[in-house]
Amino acid sequence: MAFSAFASGTVQEQAPRRKSRIALLLLLPGILYLVLFFLVPLVSLLITSLQAPSALGDIGVYETAFQWQNYVVSITQYGDQILRSFLYAVLATVFALIFSYPLAYFIGVKARNWPLLQNLMLVLVIAPFFISFLLRTLAWKSLLSDESAFVTGLKALSLLAPDAHITGTPVAVVFGLTYNFIPFMTLPLYAALERLDTRYLEAGSDLYAHPFTVFRTVTIPLSMPGIVSGVLLTFIPAAGDYVNASREFLGGTGTAMIGNVIESNFLVQLNYPAAASLSIILMVVILAIVTVYVRRSGTEDLL
Amino acid sequence: MTMQEGRAIAAAMGTPAAMGTPAAVNTPVSGGRKPNGPARRFSLGRWLLPVYTALALVFLLIPIAYTFIFSFNDSIKSNISWRGFTLNNWLNVCNAQDVCSAFGNSILIGVTATVIATTLGTMIAIALVRYRFRFRSSISLLLFLPMATPEVVLGAGLAAEFLGAGVEKGIGTIIIAHTMFCISFVVVTVKARVSSLDPALEEAGRDLYGSPAQVFWRITFPLLLPGIVAAALLSFALSFDDFIITNFNSGSATTFPKFVYIAASRGIPAEANVIASAVFLIAIALVVSQQVSAAARRKRLARVG
Repeated sequence: MAFSAFASGTVQEQAPRRKSRIALLLLLPGILYLVLFFLVPLVSLLITSLQAPSALGDIGVYETAFQWQNYVVSITQYGDQILRSFLYAVLATVFALIFSYPLAYFIGVKARNWPLLQNLMLVLVIAPFFISFLLRTLAWKSLLSDESAFVTGLKALSLLAPDAHITGTPVAVVFGLTYNFIPFMTLPLYAALERLDTRYLEAGSDLYAHPFTVFRTVTIPLSMPGIVSGVLLTFIPAAGDYVNASREFLGGTGTAMIGNVIESNFLVQLNYPAAASLSIILMVVILAIVTVYVRRSGTEDLL
Repeated sequence: MTMQEGRAIAAAMGTPAAMGTPAAVNTPVSGGRKPNGPARRFSLGRWLLPVYTALALVFLLIPIAYTFIFSFNDSIKSNISWRGFTLNNWLNVCNAQDVCSAFGNSILIGVTATVIATTLGTMIAIALVRYRFRFRSSISLLLFLPMATPEVVLGAGLAAEFLGAGVEKGIGTIIIAHTMFCISFVVVTVKARVSSLDPALEEAGRDLYGSPAQVFWRITFPLLLPGIVAAALLSFALSFDDFIITNFNSGSATTFPKFVYIAASRGIPAEANVIASAVFLIAIALVVSQQVSAAARRKRLARVG
């Protein structure tokens, strides 16, 4: 799992004691790079979020201050977008989980005896990664547009009101988020289910458990690390995404998410403190959710 | 592939299929089946799952097929409605100059960021597995956090830093940003390879009076190479498709995804579909050839062993 990739305690114990000078030499450039271009940016984000407009009143010029009210302003002004981001992200995560579990189960468990087929299906799952993220979202925009065969078909069957749209609605945004993040859910689920020992399932049915009971009490708990990993991998980027919800893609006037607000404040309105405070809010909320979720689901070795 | 997609790939690494080893096959215990047991009861379920899987995979491929088909569209300005089949877009990709120069920038940025990130990340991976040092857990945390931070925060953070330092944004700042988020992925990928390396091979080299440099370049490095190549390909893919972080740190410079984003409001030229389709075909060819060569190696090993 990506989220436990750095956990491996066993390797640490086995690592031989050797000159730490070489270790330092190997680590220093990369770590310095990350400090300079990952940690320092987070600090400058924090500083920027507390800045006050310049006394001269120029647009886009700010002075270092301790204007914590920026956060209050951001939350009251963009409360809708913040809530919407997490709502959309939760929905997309749930749909992606429902979509991916049977898929990952088939690839990881049922297709075990055919490694070639298994690999082929895995390639198909990650295939969307290899075509531009923006172009595949635009493809859905065309496929779901008012003139598209799908929408006109739905209207002909009276499943959709004649004046209704799909693009530009929350439905389209959640659909886009779900589609784009399905592989994030499928891959970790597959990784967990691939290791599932099917003898446990047989033991369950031998003990006259209903297949659904076996699934609920054996399969799900055994694949829990994959579910946790998949949920985090889907939820985090979905909450911060601003491509799907943007008006040129699948969103409309009422679908802006926190990412859209950060982008427009930073790059268009040059309101850096607002963008920075929203980024900090997003980061804090995500870290809090991740921590609680990981505690609850019992896999604490993620970090 | 965007940075987020790299996370998912990293999550699936370490599975037998990804490592190129045959999957553990749990042969069912054939005895002890009850005559009217679950084997018969769920005959519908037996067909439901394969059919669902096939439909799900088709669903995942729909936008790819769309992009590919519309790369052959005889479009004039915007590439939305089908106007007839043509090969012109493929033959004259650079007729749409903006697309072509954006694509060139993406390649330049991708290659540079990949080289830097792969070098730095490989060094860290070797140190993490082979040496003991203090602050180990803080370093692991520092490597993990960029992968758990939303891209919009990474992008806005770097942009705020550049703004504060008065650095003008351009291709250089894009390279700095891409290198930053690629390092962690390189570390995860190469680390898996270093851990599976038998230290006895390097000891043998030292026993035969090889200097540390000789041991590294003639034993360690060749053995790590598949992992390093995988990490480099992943880095390039991440860099090539990144839009969110690029958008914050590019200034007036354009990359291929940024071009698509800007063009989205007035219509994407079909040449963009050509480039995306070509990149897709190359990537799939790379993945499939890797799979085939891994399968061939397994067969060879099975014959020898």
